[in-house]
Amino acid sequence: MSAQKPKTIFEKIWDAHVVKRAEGYPDALFIDRHYIHEVTSPQAFDGLRKRGIKVFNVNRTTATADHNVPTKDQHLPIKEALSRHQVETLRKNCKEFGVELYDLGHPFQGIVHIIGPELGLTQPGMTMVCGDSHTSTHGAFGSVAFGIGTSEVEQVLATQCILQYKPKTMKIEINGKLGKGVVSKDIILYIISKISASGATGFFVEYAGDAIRNLSMEARMTICNMSIEMGARGGLIAPDETTFNYIKGRRFAPQGAAFDTAVETWKQLPTDEGAVYDSVLTYDAADIEPMITYGTNPGMGMKVTDRIPTAKELKELSEQTSFEKSLTYMGLEQGTPLLGKNIDYVFIGSCTNARIEDLREVAAMVKGKKKATGVEVWVVPGSKQVQEQAKKEGLDKIFEAAGFELREPGCSACLGMNEDKIPAGKYCISTSNRNFEGRQGPKSRTFLASPLSAAAAAITGKVTDVREFI
Amino acid sequence: MDYRPLMKEKFITLKSTAVPLPVENIDTDQIIPARFLKATTREGFGDNLFRDWRFDGDNNPIKEFALNNSAYSGKILVAGKNFGCGSSREHAAWAIYDYGFRVVVSSFFADIFKNNALNNAVLPVVVTDKFLQSLLTAIQQNPKTEVTVDLTKQQISFDGQAEQFEINAYKKECLINGYDDIDYLLSLNKEIREFDLAH
Ligand code: SF4
Repeated sequence: MSAQKPKTIFEKIWDAHVVKRAEGYPDALFIDRHYIHEVTSPQAFDGLRKRGIKVFNVNRTTATADHNVPTKDQHLPIKEALSRHQVETLRKNCKEFGVELYDLGHPFQGIVHIIGPELGLTQPGMTMVCGDSHTSTHGAFGSVAFGIGTSEVEQVLATQCILQYKPKTMKIEINGKLGKGVVSKDIILYIISKISASGATGFFVEYAGDAIRNLSMEARMTICNMSIEMGARGGLIAPDETTFNYIKGRRFAPQGAAFDTAVETWKQLPTDEGAVYDSVLTYDAADIEPMITYGTNPGMGMKVTDRIPTAKELKELSEQTSFEKSLTYMGLEQGTPLLGKNIDYVFIGSCTNARIEDLREVAAMVKGKKKATGVEVWVVPGSKQVQEQAKKEGLDKIFEAAGFELREPGCSACLGMNEDKIPAGKYCISTSNRNFEGRQGPKSRTFLASPLSAAAAAITGKVTDVREFI
Repeated sequence: MDYRPLMKEKFITLKSTAVPLPVENIDTDQIIPARFLKATTREGFGDNLFRDWRFDGDNNPIKEFALNNSAYSGKILVAGKNFGCGSSREHAAWAIYDYGFRVVVSSFFADIFKNNALNNAVLPVVVTDKFLQSLLTAIQQNPKTEVTVDLTKQQISFDGQAEQFEINAYKKECLINGYDDIDYLLSLNKEIREFDLAH
């Protein structure tokens, strides 16, 4: 080997995809995989039409319908006219430009960040974008994946490239063993509560340490998914045997000998010894407990057994107004605990936690139990494949017996865009990624937590320490 | 080429009164709630800018909100730290543009929002916390305060106070000349084709 400067995995992937680097210009970065959906693509296709150009390489583009879709009676036309129009526009655009679409009713349809990995489209070493901030999810495979705006969707459709300045690198290391009832969602909520909703802005994060290594692919995706909630451009985890085993045999993964060759290349990706990060943070897994958010950004989180801070305890004075505004919105008091607080809805779903593993964990916990009266519980699988698998394993029966409603795949109550909305003033414990004002519907109030914590709350009807159940 | 907001106008200097929004972590769900993202064009989003802060459940304007306060007007929005966090929806930038803002001033912007704004002829101006606070106070005390944003000099000023701001040279050139990224990328077509074939 030559005496090359040691590189981080992020730098290796980035540098290998620069088509052109010119002084004073951002890098023209080649994109291996482009995912699109109905909300952020129509104006981009319009742009292509007006310029009179085609999609650069349709084989690198995959579309699905997820944000606007109902999660009940998906075989019927979408009731809401504007949502229907948006899905129909996607259909029309995909047909006109020759892009593969996993439409409603297709066995591969689902939330874009769930289906990419599930189909083996997402692979280590790739660059991937989507007009959706949670594209960071795909970083769990050791790839550079990030969300973009619609003008950039148009760029990628038109040129398969995007103009970007290389972000700085940050390593977040979690070492040690996770406690009872603590899962990957708690790890990421913990990190964000430590560094705030803007703490990683300008950075691309690599998660490392043995607590991360020991996680399944599904659990790794949950962590990378929420990288954006601390402002990071994206987050990734170096690929290893867990990654390779997950990809092997998936529909669009390399097959046979090609797979073995690919694995050899993927093994070269992890960060070189001696590579330097712009920032390094280290945490001890033993300090992490089941987490919950109390405010209106994902950085406003705490241990479920803790109490909400008071304005006086905040580091910066300028934060106080926003903090007070947030608690007023949530209808909560400073300095009080959340444990025992009554909830109205439980939402188990979204690209953060709607994979088969999440549904299995929840089912194992609620088996033989019943939801509390007065609480409405929605379990929304992330994809058609997850839904089918859940049925095959009999999870649907467990949910039904517990009074949990298993719906059809889509973004659902993660964002108040489709029919699934949390009513004004109601409290929802949600496995999604954002607790912003009105995110789940106008004036809805969201507590973010892990699927286990959400399931525990469904059973008691209150914010609950999941450790009481295990 | 006349169809992109960026193509419509070139940005050089702007002198205007400003609207104060001293809230931190304003996320794109507040700028434009998801239920208003259903249009398939770029126009008309301004009506729903800050929808749930601007109107109550019966669609009546909420008097206390700055955009409904007739004392405040202008093409410059001045907001708290970490503006534009959350979703990548470019609709947020379109809504801000469509409402009539051309500049957003804050002490910190979320990455994707910053890109989206620049791609839509909305200039994000990053100032220090101290400058932000005094600007907010000045506007609140005197809503007629005029703020000048000079892109060429990369300077923002009001009432005799001034601060330089950063913008990368490429984006500055795009804004001043009304170029967009696709023009540049299309010029690399041959190199990109070769790269695609090799990978
Ligand atoms: S599930 Fe939620 S966060 Fe994920 S893509 Fe859909 S709307 Fe976005």
